[in-house]
Amino acid sequence: MSKPALPYKARDVVLPGDAACPGCPIPIAWKVLSAVFGDKMILVIPASCSSVVVGMYPGNSLKASVIHVPFASAAAVASGVAEALEKRGVSDVQVIAWAGDGGTADIGMASLSGAAERNHNFIYIMYDNEAYMNTGIQRSSSTPRGAWTTTTPILGKGEEKKDVARIMIAHGVPYVATASIGYVHDFYSKLVRASKIKGFKFISLHAPCPVGWRFDPRYTVRVARLAVETGLWILYEYYDGRIHLSGPSRPLLDPSKRKPVEEYLKLQGRFKNVDEKMVKSIQEYVENNWEWVKRHM
Amino acid sequence: MGLKLVLTGNYSIAYAAKMARVNVVAAYPITPQTSIVEKLAELIEGGELDAVMIRVESEHSALAACFGAALAGARVFTATSSQGLLYMHEMVHWASRARIPIVMGIVTRTLGPPWNIWPDHTDYMDQRDTGWVMSFAVDNQEAFDLTLQAFKISEDPRVYLPVMVGIEGFILGHTTMPVEIPDQSAVDEWLGPRRQPYVIDGSDHLALGNLASPEDTEEFFMDIQNAMEEAKKVIAEVDEEYSKIAGRPSMGLVECFKCEDAKYLAVSMGAWSGDLKEAILQLRDEGFDVGLARIRYYRPFPAEQLYERARGAKGVVVFDRAISFGSAGPIFLDTLASIARYSRKTPYVKNVVAGLGGVNITSEDFSKIIRKFVEEVESDALVPFEWYHRRGG
Repeated sequence: MSKPALPYKARDVVLPGDAACPGCPIPIAWKVLSAVFGDKMILVIPASCSSVVVGMYPGNSLKASVIHVPFASAAAVASGVAEALEKRGVSDVQVIAWAGDGGTADIGMASLSGAAERNHNFIYIMYDNEAYMNTGIQRSSSTPRGAWTTTTPILGKGEEKKDVARIMIAHGVPYVATASIGYVHDFYSKLVRASKIKGFKFISLHAPCPVGWRFDPRYTVRVARLAVETGLWILYEYYDGRIHLSGPSRPLLDPSKRKPVEEYLKLQGRFKNVDEKMVKSIQEYVENNWEWVKRHM
Repeated sequence: MGLKLVLTGNYSIAYAAKMARVNVVAAYPITPQTSIVEKLAELIEGGELDAVMIRVESEHSALAACFGAALAGARVFTATSSQGLLYMHEMVHWASRARIPIVMGIVTRTLGPPWNIWPDHTDYMDQRDTGWVMSFAVDNQEAFDLTLQAFKISEDPRVYLPVMVGIEGFILGHTTMPVEIPDQSAVDEWLGPRRQPYVIDGSDHLALGNLASPEDTEEFFMDIQNAMEEAKKVIAEVDEEYSKIAGRPSMGLVECFKCEDAKYLAVSMGAWSGDLKEAILQLRDEGFDVGLARIRYYRPFPAEQLYERARGAKGVVVFDRAISFGSAGPIFLDTLASIARYSRKTPYVKNVVAGLGGVNITSEDFSKIIRKFVEEVESDALVPFEWYHRRGG
């Protein structure tokens, strides 16, 4: 598959001077959104880093529409926006619920599930930085096993990461995809596909956070790509009842093509204290995920 | 004129939402509210109301979906009760602070534990500080009228705040009464199309709720307080206009029942005011100069009107069907503050809390309480707070 061209006008929507930390993946992702939708998008944003990144009133670093909403309510507010626009016959704007992993996998799970089951016409994007970063790196259900956070300060997280994309697949929605800010063309084409499908679309976007994961801000994209290259984060789309592996992950069906997980782990301070046993268990997690993907292809 | 229907309080509210031609209804079932949204679902599926019904998975999402739809330009309605209203509470604040017109019916019910489906006002009073305009009906006709007027008040540019309309579950909610329904074309002409301060539909770049400085934030909240003051005028105007369509007199924020010359003034809110009126008629026959100021709008609180009613009275007794534990009833606190705001010379003011958990209070109870109150005042031995409790009967 040839790479679609990203329009150069991304900076017309994602304005310079936002409040993101150095190396933050959020503006990278927003530029991809704006490349697809321009200023014709309504972002529904619950409490998250993104609530801050857009900047302070009366400023706004996004030349698009933004609705800030309470933590648990993004999918429900987006449901209402989408239904009202449809009722009014407004079809030239894309409604996007843009929420972090805490706002999705934890406190927003019920409203997400409700909106998915009702199949409202919008795109829900969970940008997954794998912890509560805005409040200062607390564990979420999407934090991977072994990771240090401020609420798993000594032992690291003991449980596996919740796989929200699988939960959304189980809802029978028309489109589910995983994406990564390390592969912007892949993310772009997934947004394009999602925008052409009527109903509920879910995209799980892997978004490494230099502050919370404890790596040098210049390595955001490198870390994101390593997650894919090691097979820890598998890029796929789910539609027509099966998984379609995406370009960057396709060769990795062959386990020998995957880099060892250590290469991903060693760049990040949050995995500093994992022992060999934990590394082995993370490697097993990778194999199990691939087995699941293969069964659903 | 329109027609007269025999409706429950819940159906009265549903029909008012229909007459307002709401575009989106989002709701979640809870006793005793459920029959409002069941009726709306029936009206929508039967083609009598051209609206979208969003059958959400929680009350939090019910108001969240209404909020989203309202932002995107729809006239919206929801209804809830009790635990559902509390579960929704975060969004209740969010909607008013965003200054977006929404109308919600509250069918009051006791909070648990213990589980109890009978009505008191605690769930409603818990919304006191949310920045919503709050009305409360005495009967099914008023439930209809207040709900229909709520759309006009909420969408008035001087107000632009959401409005909730309260009724007691079962007492009004599930009890039928004749209700006059005005002519649809007259309502359409009076209410007009949806008005709101801003629309988020992609036609402009708007950011709602960006992080703001303490000063900017406080100024937004000061605007809400000003809008509440404006709402007092708007409520009176809207009630006056509506009375022409409805062919019934307007009452504004407070109903005055035999209160002009009352030496002893009762203050109350809700359906039990009907029993209280009966008691007042009885007491008048017995020679007591008693009257009633019935709160129709709890927020904005009708401070001036209550002061005007209370200033000539020797004693004021305030009935509350809710309590702020450790203090007193909320209407009492507001009444006392209202009187003290305009005068240092206050009459005797007593608070009677009763009817919590749905305990039935009859006109005889009210007569008994008021006789005792008069005796206390006359003997200068006021008991300022009393929790009146009864069993049986």
